[in-house]
Amino acid sequence: MELQINDQRVTVAVEADLPLLWVLRDLLGMTGTKFGCGMALCGACTVLVDGQAVRSCVLPVAQAAGKKITTIEGVGSTPVGAALQGAWQEINVPQCGYCQAGQIMSATALLQVTPQPSDADIEAAMSGNICRCGTYTRIRAAIKQAAAHAGQTK
Amino acid sequence: MSAVPDTFFVPKGVTRREFLQRLQAMGGLLLVADGLQIAKAADAPKYGAEGMPHGTVDNPLVFLTIGDDGWVTIVVHRSEIGQGVRTGMPLIVADELEADWAKVRVEQAPADEDKYGNQDTDGSRSTRHFLDPMRRCGAAARMMLEQAAALSWNVPVSEVRALNHEVQHQKTSRKLSYATLAKRAAKLPVPTPSALRLKTSAEFRYVGKGGVPIIDGHDIVTGKAQYGSDPWFKDMCFAVIARSPVLGGSVREFDGEAAAAAPGVQKILRMPAPVAKATFHPLAGIAVIANSTGAAIAARKLLKIQWDDGANGSYDSDAYRAALQESARNPGKVVRESGNVDTAFKAAARTIEAEYYIPHIAHATMEPPCAAARIIAGKCEVWAPTQAPQVTREDVAKHLGFPLENVTIHVTLLGGGFGRKSKPDFAIEAAILSQAMDGRPVKVTWTREDDLHHDFLHTVSAEYLRAGLGVDGKVSAWLHRSVAPSLATIFAPSTNHEVGAELGMGFINMPYDIPNLRLENPEASAHCRIGWFRSVSNIPHAFAVQSFVAELAANANKDHRDYLLELIGPARKIDPKSLHDDWNHGESPQRYPVDTGRLRQVVETVTHEANWGKTFARGRGQGLAVHYSFLSYTAAVVEVGIDDEGRILVPRVDVAFDCGPQVNPERIRSQLEGAVIMGLSLAMFGEITFKNGRSQQDNFHQYRVTRMSEAPREIRVHLIPQSDWSMPLGGVGEPGVPPVAPALCNAVFAATGKRIRRLPIRDQAKRA
Repeated sequence: MELQINDQRVTVAVEADLPLLWVLRDLLGMTGTKFGCGMALCGACTVLVDGQAVRSCVLPVAQAAGKKITTIEGVGSTPVGAALQGAWQEINVPQCGYCQAGQIMSATALLQVTPQPSDADIEAAMSGNICRCGTYTRIRAAIKQAAAHAGQTK
Repeated sequence: MSAVPDTFFVPKGVTRREFLQRLQAMGGLLLVADGLQIAKAADAPKYGAEGMPHGTVDNPLVFLTIGDDGWVTIVVHRSEIGQGVRTGMPLIVADELEADWAKVRVEQAPADEDKYGNQDTDGSRSTRHFLDPMRRCGAAARMMLEQAAALSWNVPVSEVRALNHEVQHQKTSRKLSYATLAKRAAKLPVPTPSALRLKTSAEFRYVGKGGVPIIDGHDIVTGKAQYGSDPWFKDMCFAVIARSPVLGGSVREFDGEAAAAAPGVQKILRMPAPVAKATFHPLAGIAVIANSTGAAIAARKLLKIQWDDGANGSYDSDAYRAALQESARNPGKVVRESGNVDTAFKAAARTIEAEYYIPHIAHATMEPPCAAARIIAGKCEVWAPTQAPQVTREDVAKHLGFPLENVTIHVTLLGGGFGRKSKPDFAIEAAILSQAMDGRPVKVTWTREDDLHHDFLHTVSAEYLRAGLGVDGKVSAWLHRSVAPSLATIFAPSTNHEVGAELGMGFINMPYDIPNLRLENPEASAHCRIGWFRSVSNIPHAFAVQSFVAELAANANKDHRDYLLELIGPARKIDPKSLHDDWNHGESPQRYPVDTGRLRQVVETVTHEANWGKTFARGRGQGLAVHYSFLSYTAAVVEVGIDDEGRILVPRVDVAFDCGPQVNPERIRSQLEGAVIMGLSLAMFGEITFKNGRSQQDNFHQYRVTRMSEAPREIRVHLIPQSDWSMPLGGVGEPGVPPVAPALCNAVFAATGKRIRRLPIRDQAKRA
């Protein structure tokens, strides 16, 4: 099966129904995408498939074949992803940091569609991503900062 | 189908005294039943870090190196669980070293307490215990660099001065970089502690300033950070384990044929049999090893296992709650008494009583337990997100039958800890499975279901309070009974009272100015693994006491803040021993008295900042709570709005916090912000229930935690400034949690008149 991950073509020999998460993590060693629940409940495994935020823990790999997959390892090459990664560091968002890859992927999908999100937009887009350390106020601030930054550089 | 030989699992090697010492350190279990008392009258008491196994090390040759390129590498020996220790600890060393933070790298120590000192990252202790040793470490290195420069220039060392990564000789305007001096300095003797010149606080460059980004920020946001789940080798295999759903249960028989035939499966293995003392021993079960975790999870569903449930197979948390509450209504072991309570109740103008219930809570770290291990030529390496590196190393060695020196524990970043990852069962699992796979690298992953079914849970407790009030509304008599199975039961299963560390978490050391008081602790037994969860027994004790004080204030028709301050009484320093608290977080009672002045100050600060007493529309209100824990003082004001469906919204939370001097205020703020969210989570949703000995919650749809849409948009942290660095430090990681739940419930009362006495709240705020 051929996959396109972060603008690179990769061939994997794999069962069609294996969730994309395990293809990334266990077969390809791309461990930036995290496992949290296996039921699309926590968002730790969020990646972009053709620009949409999806939970890779429940996405059979065959459904991602032929589509553009973006992970945390590659999102920094997009302007929105880079702006978010910068804001995340400036605001010192992470505590343990484990969920933050998924948070940044969900935030990227949000800003790509809604460049200047309201608080309600942010909550709607981000409430599928759990942070057990409780960094929500800083995630919100970082999204706003990245949005403001992107708005200025346009 | 191969089975792992049972001989691998016989613990050996560790002495009884070492084991008991660590036990004591973990929970201060001086009062454990079963004859585990180890405090000998002849031993002089050791406090703080020196009372921990392996104490402290402050040798700069252990903790730092300076390269030819000028980069300073500082070793961190405590585990990063989100509290910021990988930033804060090196910051202390770098500051005393006069290093330029831009040229500092951080390296994580493997498990080795002989070399680094104690590594148990729990109890809100890391900075509290290692501020001074790390200062000495940095200062010693700075003085060695100065000495090396003085020798190079042949001038008295008093004429040279280290400043920002170089040593200067002002008289001659000469400078030498740390890179140039490092080799010569390293050969000089390390100054003795009495010869050290520590900086004054005015000289601090980084400590107390808070302008430094977290050290792992870039790696985290780019996906490069290495957690326990992230080690990866080409020949790695991936395991999940079906574990006994009941504590103490075992595999009666199993059929693994279908699972073995599933795609990608490499092996099915039987895990070790259960032992009487749960300790950190892996649970009995069947392991599935495959070429990916996903394949192993799918194949595990095909296992046919018949379990022998054992003695805990009838554990039912509803029936248990009723039994705990009944115990709390009856007299129990008296753990503190003053005045004459019975007489005072008879003389009271009014008597008020209330019962509170706090259920089991799961840690639910975002990274479920996980570890990787491999064995090459008789040497085992484990990569583990562990809060207890040394215990992990010792336990892995015991289970493998290896000498300690042949086991290396690489401590990864932890994707959350909260106390769960102090118990290294998951790391032992990885090691024994690697051994069974002839040393191949094996990664064990716990699914979220595994995590919620087999946690070392926060205890469950019933709290009964009764107060006698005078005609003036003042408390003249106070009776509090706390009943909860003890965390000591995993080490000594027959323990049936709270141990010293649990009593000392806001129950026995309650410092209020009440003339007649009795505290009782009736018996309770455990039927699941009980462990320490961030802030531990402070959660039920603070919930009960802070809710009850609010009830008394309302009953006396007084403002809650004013009533609380009156109950705390005048500013005074109380000897914990006078409260029958012999534990005192392992710290000296002289150095760490309970300071009611500081308790008052956080109440006064938080109510001022939150504009306490402002009027709210119907369905809105504020609630207050204060609690002393881990030697720090925390008060919270939670603001709520209840919508027409009874949903609780929390627009804003204010927290005032006094932990003494602050090494890295930025991370202290983040810890308190997080504690607010965790406190709201457990108050709103947190509950694990049991039927037939089995945890009933599978995943985040049944064990809910606070999401962004439910979180406050505003959390305002007010740090009480303390500029006197001779003042001892308090803990930071845990003390933010306890006051949140009672402040929230007190706010619900203010908004609705409805009193919440049982957690979690769920839909209890709905109007009838």
